[in-house]
Amino acid sequence: MEQKEAEADAAYIPCIGYAGRMPDSPLFTAAAIAVIVLAVAVVVGVGLKVIRSFRDLGTDAERATYNTLHAASRAGQHLRGGLQPAGAAKASRQLRVLLGCDAFAMTDTNSVLAWDGAAEELRPSLMGLAAEVLATGRTAVVPHVGGSTNKAGHEFSAVIAPIRAGSRVVGSVAALAPAAGAGLVRATSEVADWIAAQLELAELEASRTLLMEAEVRALRAQISPHFIYNSLNAIASFINTDPARARELVVEFADFTRYSFRRHGDFTTVAEELRCIDRYLLLERARFGERVQVSLRIAPEVLSTVIPFLSLQPLVENAVRHGLEAKEGPGHITICANDSGAFAEVTIEDDGVGIDPEHLRSVLAGHTDGDHVGLRNVDARLRQVYGDEHGLVIDTAPGEGTLITMRVPKSQPGHDT
Amino acid sequence: MNPAVGLFAFLAVSLATAVIGFYGLRVSRTTSDFYVASRTVPPWWNASAIGGEYLSAASFLGVAGLILLSGTDALWFPVGYTAGYLMLLLFVAAPLRRSGAYTIPDFTEARLDSAVVRRVTSLVVVAVGWLYIVPQLHGAALTIRITTGLPSWVGSTAVVAVVCLTVVAGGMRSITFVQAFQYWLKLTALAVPVVFILLVLSANGTPPQATLPINPTGQAAAGAYQHISLLVALLFGTLGLPHVLVRFYTNPDGQSARRTTLIVLGLLSVFYLFPTVSGALGRMFAPGLALTGQADALVLLLPGKLIGGMAGDLLSALVVAGAFAAFLSTTSGLVVSLSGVISQDLFGGSVRGFRLAAVMAAVVPLGFAFMTDTLALAGSVGLVFAFTASTICPVLLLGIWWRGLTDVGAIAGMVTGALLCGGAMVMGALLGAANAPAWLAQPAAWSVPAAFTVTVAASLLTKNRVPSSVNRVMSRLHVPERPVATER
Repeated sequence: MEQKEAEADAAYIPCIGYAGRMPDSPLFTAAAIAVIVLAVAVVVGVGLKVIRSFRDLGTDAERATYNTLHAASRAGQHLRGGLQPAGAAKASRQLRVLLGCDAFAMTDTNSVLAWDGAAEELRPSLMGLAAEVLATGRTAVVPHVGGSTNKAGHEFSAVIAPIRAGSRVVGSVAALAPAAGAGLVRATSEVADWIAAQLELAELEASRTLLMEAEVRALRAQISPHFIYNSLNAIASFINTDPARARELVVEFADFTRYSFRRHGDFTTVAEELRCIDRYLLLERARFGERVQVSLRIAPEVLSTVIPFLSLQPLVENAVRHGLEAKEGPGHITICANDSGAFAEVTIEDDGVGIDPEHLRSVLAGHTDGDHVGLRNVDARLRQVYGDEHGLVIDTAPGEGTLITMRVPKSQPGHDT
Repeated sequence: MNPAVGLFAFLAVSLATAVIGFYGLRVSRTTSDFYVASRTVPPWWNASAIGGEYLSAASFLGVAGLILLSGTDALWFPVGYTAGYLMLLLFVAAPLRRSGAYTIPDFTEARLDSAVVRRVTSLVVVAVGWLYIVPQLHGAALTIRITTGLPSWVGSTAVVAVVCLTVVAGGMRSITFVQAFQYWLKLTALAVPVVFILLVLSANGTPPQATLPINPTGQAAAGAYQHISLLVALLFGTLGLPHVLVRFYTNPDGQSARRTTLIVLGLLSVFYLFPTVSGALGRMFAPGLALTGQADALVLLLPGKLIGGMAGDLLSALVVAGAFAAFLSTTSGLVVSLSGVISQDLFGGSVRGFRLAAVMAAVVPLGFAFMTDTLALAGSVGLVFAFTASTICPVLLLGIWWRGLTDVGAIAGMVTGALLCGGAMVMGALLGAANAPAWLAQPAAWSVPAAFTVTVAASLLTKNRVPSSVNRVMSRLHVPERPVATER
């Protein structure tokens, strides 16, 4: 240690900027050697594995089948986005190899999307050739296309096949080769049909996304009718005894409904949601008086975190209605929001009557209607938006109160508030 | 100096950090304070936190030491460190806040719609963070060695241990409060001794041992190339620092992000007055420190040298406390943002993963710190800025302001910048400080333009890879948020 001290002192040369040098310690040398040895070992290991895997690839027929299927599945991935130029270009490369032709092109009903292989100068004239195919939906063979020739001096012939989605023709594929035999014609129309199948899959994918969005919209939280009824009754009771308070409460009620009835946006921030909870609790306290006590512990870092619209208020409402209403004496609700790495964690705890876990499980699974619908709604939306691992975590037992934890990622570039 | 002073100051700062970290939020509020609890952090408070996180060992110890060694040349450091925020204010703060992304990898992934870019950015961010922590640990080692006489490793290990413990135990929950506290502590720890020394010197009429313009080491002044290169590194490097960007997320919208940055500019300008005055005082009254290789410790030694006695010890304790606030705040800020990145990319974002990542983020640089020697602090932090400027900055700036950026361009730019700047750093280290030519010692002037050029060229070559989401993302970045009034 002392020696290192001396070395450090000696090396401490004042100067502008960087004054470093690598130490020549045995430790450093040993580390360098270890890294080199490790690298060599990895390279040798990978090399052996690759060589071994080449040995048992099977017969020629097996390999041909594999190559065909592999090319098809690679091309299929690129068509999952529908008939788009970028995907079509990548798929064309695979499909040209698959057909073994000199050039392969893909069109939609208006333009050439991709051209792969030779004779690119024929590209502008392709739409003219394909017009009839697109109109009739029948495969066509065009012998001697234009003046272009391949290396051996043969003119190209083209096979153009329609891509049919349902009853409509949505595009065409063209294969160019010196001779358009029956084999190429059959293969090309098979490829066209296969592309049509891929496009149907793409549509399926798109409609699945739409369905999910529709589901989220359908789940969009609503404030409960009970609450409106109870609040208005509570306000009514103040009109004669304390008109000023009644007026205040009506304004709060108006603000609350303006927030919860808003139409735009599926997301809001923790701060906005807390403001909504504040109004909600003011109205509940008009009914329950001092029986509802609330304490808050909010980390300012999470206030601007984006969360689904009306995802906290139903949890607080659940705590009030199912935790405290049924209980005698005052009840306490604690709302915490914590910064937890890349996540924001919000917990809502009450010391009320609790929920039977079995009952809760069946409610969350959607088997039972009635109580705690708000919980199920929030849970389903969280899972829908952030994935299954971000559902609500609920710790509860009869008579033991309820602790609800919600954990959402802070980073949500895709979600506008 | 009395060894107990240094130890006491270190313990006090660690304790204060931990207590504020753990209990800053324990103050529960009742329903009537709902509005207070749900109010976002005001810009000046957030600006203090950014200042606290940003002012590292280089600013606290390094700047004064460099002024002692090289006079007005060293003023470029505080100028660059502060002016970097001007760049941040003009080009990055508001759009990045609007993006909704929490870290730089999140931003590049969302902007370029590519998981591979995310991986590469994460790697670069982790490298930058590790490189940045190392000088902090060197600073801690130096401080402990000078003030207590204990071996160097004690200081760096102690800082890593304190940071690991607080982060892993969840003590960084109210990190904004902790960092804001650290800023004011650092400012006090520099300002009070400087003011005190000035008062004492003018009362005693002590004659200076040397005049200001004389360089105690007799070194030649650096040329224009070094200055330009340094400014490029500091101006562009500030844009990509991982721990600074995370802080802007605490602002509710782009506008308050801008206001925060403006206040940060003011806070930094005030802060840098004091290291500058310390450096000048050192030149006039303690030029000997430059010759014994203790320039970086100037701020720590000045009160003891010029005042001495009980008052000197107390002021020293204050300075040591400020120095440790600098090491702890920057290190913990970096560790928190690094472990966010590491845990998300390696451990799928679980709570346990975050803790593991925090330990990884802190222990690896400790290894680096043991393997390398203590360097001139301001200079080595300057090199980290150069690395950031050549890797993250092009992607960030072009990502915000140029629609044509593609994933290939971003990766090519980051790899080029990392290879050029990293290569220059390694070469410079191998050659040794005395032999390295200026263009190797300060690579930013050529590595940053090279990285920008490669990014643009590769993007232009791969025009067809511009993500289809570019319009949506760009409008999100640049359209101001809805005013609150229309929200209702």
